[in-house]
Amino acid sequence: MLIKIAWRNIWRSPVRSWIIIAALLVGMFAGVFSSTFINGWMVQRLRDGVETETGHIQIFPDGYQNSREVSLYMKPGQLTGVLEHSAASATSPRLIVRGMAASAETARGIVAYGVDPDAEKQVLNLHEKIVEGTWFDSPYSRPIIIGQKLAEQLELKLKSRVVLRFQDVEGTLTGGSFRVAGIFRTSNTAFDEGHVWVKKETLSELLGISSQNCHSLVIRLNDAEQAMNVAGELQAELPGTEVVPWKELSPELGYLTELGNTYLYIFVIIILLALGFGIINTMLMVVLERVREIGMLMSVGMTRWRIFLMIVLETVMLSSTGGLLGIFLGMIAVWRLSITGIDLSVWSTGLTEMGFNPIVYLEWDAALVLSIALLVVATGVLASLYPAWKALKLKPSEAVRAI
Amino acid sequence: MAIITLNSISRTYNSKQVPVHALNCIDLSFDEGEFTAIVGPSGSGKTTLLNIVGGLDDPDEGDVVIDETKINALSGNEKIKFRLHHIGFIFQAYNLIPVLTARENVEFILELQGVPKSERKKRSAELLEAVGIPEKADIRPRQLSGGQQQRVAVARALASRPRFVLADEPTANLDSASAENLLAIMQELNQKENTTFIFSTHDERVVKMARRVVTLQDGKIKTDETS
Ligand SMILES: Nc1ncnc2c1ncn2[C@@H]1O[C@H](COP(=O)(O)OP(=O)(O)OP(=O)(O)O)[C@@H](O)[C@H]1O
Ligand SMILES: [Mg+2]
Repeated sequence: MLIKIAWRNIWRSPVRSWIIIAALLVGMFAGVFSSTFINGWMVQRLRDGVETETGHIQIFPDGYQNSREVSLYMKPGQLTGVLEHSAASATSPRLIVRGMAASAETARGIVAYGVDPDAEKQVLNLHEKIVEGTWFDSPYSRPIIIGQKLAEQLELKLKSRVVLRFQDVEGTLTGGSFRVAGIFRTSNTAFDEGHVWVKKETLSELLGISSQNCHSLVIRLNDAEQAMNVAGELQAELPGTEVVPWKELSPELGYLTELGNTYLYIFVIIILLALGFGIINTMLMVVLERVREIGMLMSVGMTRWRIFLMIVLETVMLSSTGGLLGIFLGMIAVWRLSITGIDLSVWSTGLTEMGFNPIVYLEWDAALVLSIALLVVATGVLASLYPAWKALKLKPSEAVRAI
Repeated sequence: MAIITLNSISRTYNSKQVPVHALNCIDLSFDEGEFTAIVGPSGSGKTTLLNIVGGLDDPDEGDVVIDETKINALSGNEKIKFRLHHIGFIFQAYNLIPVLTARENVEFILELQGVPKSERKKRSAELLEAVGIPEKADIRPRQLSGGQQQRVAVARALASRPRFVLADEPTANLDSASAENLLAIMQELNQKENTTFIFSTHDERVVKMARRVVTLQDGKIKTDETS
């Protein structure tokens, strides 16, 4: 009966209740929408980053990460355990060198990867991002795959000649000339600007390192979520190496997910805080209007605890109606937009330079939506406490005399 | 046998410098089955007296003993529970929960008492029948006339089978026909069920129906007559 009374009490002043409901509806709609929006953005960035740039796990020789010394490399025997690990679905060994890429016009600093094109295809999806030419499918003896941004800077086209210069394993300056076989474009311009792919044999020859050896082994897992665990297991099996999961390969990617959620909680909490004061105000008015009625209820035997509960219930139901409705509508909108996506390219060309895809497909996070729902209910409870306490403090003899 | 005993009750309101002695050393007792009117001019202390008897207000001095319970010594919540089980209240207005129907208003008290649902239904139907408005059971107070509302209030006051019913000017908002009607119902319940009624009133015709009339003046008992 208490629930029935509380619910019907909400509709005693429908306009006032609707205003609160509408405010919460809009607020929580915005909350869900922006949460899934940001989340979608992050997940997408993460997917791009991991699938195209870093891979799930990479193994380096001890000390390589800090020094980037080409003389630090791993021999095939060191890595035999990896492919046998049940979580690994594919691996690609790489030779890596930092140097300069120079065209007839100008030069840029780059990182060059010497890879087996087929193995690399199994661990990254860069071959799908080729916009001109092909992934190493060319007649040239020394093909090179470069990013679109670098192509622009060096004024290179397909088939153009480009010279790479770097130090070999002895520290002697060396280099070679390559022909552009393919140009890729990812959503991350900085990445496109600074990385090139060549065949492993070529780089091994130029560096003076046997092509059996490698600076890094890129591993693709059956389940990306397992990266941290698998990295731990591999590390135990592979002394003299550093096994690095994607979160550490590209720390900014790891932060992204946490950042997105933190931002969202702050956003939702600020909205709820503002709305909470509105709710408190409304419920104080309600208590004030019903002083006599509350006095009567105390006179006929309704304990203070029940009166407190009645006000809390009324507030929670009022705020939940609006909040949950807003979450629900937000979910519908999100469901639509998770299919079509939102194209932000009109507003911002800077996004791609930061590595963000301008078309955002909203992405669910059930836990997030659930916690927003819980926050709404919690706001209702918190906002009800003061008005309910006011009702509790009424003295029956004075309350029944009130006009 | 007295069910309510007031031992030298005093109540002083200290509003705005001038203290008001609303009740001044009142000794009074009420027996089971009484039908008593408290009368007196406005400001004589009728409401204060009834509120103190019902534990809505505390005396500054003296005790109120109801069936051996010193009600003024109970805590706030104990008083509320005591009222729920032993005292029925009827006010001049705003007696009913506006969002509940007549029947629900009666049943609500029974629910607070923990009466099982089937019995609540039966008892609320009986009570609405007894006050003569069974056909209004599913109507909310706003759609009832003042007299009908007060009858629901009587039904509600009796729902918990209280030891006595306190009514503060129950007829003040009613036209004389409705007022007499309400009193007739109260009288009938008093005679048939031996329910104790103590009510305050200004209305001469209502006073005439009481068996005992206590007259207050300036917080003191002026006369106490039983016919
Ligand atoms: N809360 C209060 N604060 C100060 N004085 C009060 C308060 N309540 C009542 N009084 C005073 O106490 C006295 C008794 O009031 P009470 O309401 O008991 O009278 P009453 O007999 O019920 O009057 P009425 O017939 O007008 O209802 C009055 O003088 C009144 O002004
Ligand atoms: Mg009065």
